[in-house]
Amino acid sequence: MSVMIKVGMADLNVCTAPDVLTTLGLGSCVGIVLYDSRSKTAGLVHIMLPDSTKIRNNENTAKFADTGIDALILRLTAIGANRNRLLAKIAGGAQMFAFNANSDMLRIGERNTQASKLKLQSLGIRIVAEDTGLDYGRTIEFYPGTGQLYIKSVGRPLKIL
Amino acid sequence: MSNINLDQIDNMQFDVLKEIGNIGAGNATTALSTMINGKVDMCVPKVALLELKDLPDVVGGAENIVVGILITLDGEINGMMMFMMELKSAHHLVNLLMGKSMEEEAFTEMEYSALKEIGNIIAGAYLSSLSTLINIRIGASVPYMSIDMAGAILSVPAIEFGKVGDKALIIETQFSKDDSDVNGYFILIPTLESYNVILTSLGL
Repeated sequence: MSVMIKVGMADLNVCTAPDVLTTLGLGSCVGIVLYDSRSKTAGLVHIMLPDSTKIRNNENTAKFADTGIDALILRLTAIGANRNRLLAKIAGGAQMFAFNANSDMLRIGERNTQASKLKLQSLGIRIVAEDTGLDYGRTIEFYPGTGQLYIKSVGRPLKIL
Repeated sequence: MSNINLDQIDNMQFDVLKEIGNIGAGNATTALSTMINGKVDMCVPKVALLELKDLPDVVGGAENIVVGILITLDGEINGMMMFMMELKSAHHLVNLLMGKSMEEEAFTEMEYSALKEIGNIIAGAYLSSLSTLINIRIGASVPYMSIDMAGAILSVPAIEFGKVGDKALIIETQFSKDDSDVNGYFILIPTLESYNVILTSLGL
């Protein structure tokens, strides 16, 4: 039996096929999936903020793009994933409200997405698929067995990346 | 200066915050009731210290589709005020106001702005009563509206709170119309410093 493992906000988890990783209602946060298709292992981190160095209270590594991805890789290699085979799929980073231009909450989704991409790039992990930006929430499911990322949104057809 | 520590809020502070929710939501509910010309009940407010990851569950699960109207607060009180309704309730409300029969299609532009204005009026009633109570001016933004999964909408205040910690202290009040076809939530999410301002101004 496969188990659906839920990852909350500022949280991360790893699994091996046939288990499935999911995170519900991604808004401006970004869900980053890293997987190794040979060992059929995968990890998902649900980050909320782009940069841990800009925040005083940063013990929760899963909250930030930079530290979250590092922490996820450690967990993945611990369950048998090969660091050099890891590929990434990312989703989320929407702008949920049309804030005024002077709001500092503006573009937080976009900044999360950018920071995630930069971090992955600096680690040499290739992003094979992404569904980011725009103005709607996403629920994602990742199947390590097939490497497929399911993206469900309100009033939109199911997307498989 | 009163200092609020999220991990040890005393009973007195809890009660005061609850009363703030009571007064604010009471006025907001009255405004709503006047608008739709019907009786609207409200529940006892909940003051809860939540882990950020549990925040979406306050309105019935992360995937629950809701209409969220958000107003950001500035001045001496910073934070956010949210007014959330289930999609069905929002349709009912719009139909009540515009004298239409029940249908659950996508909102027209007119209905969309009506809904936004409802949110503005009742959130305004909440905030102005709070402002009078603590005798502090509260600056409110224009209303922003989004119809989506509760988790996605609540990620916006969660991110703001995420900048300072892993928990959010919220004052939540649920309301429902007598035949329970319209119900929703008022959620006040002040920043930590604003809680201090509120409590201090009330002599705590």
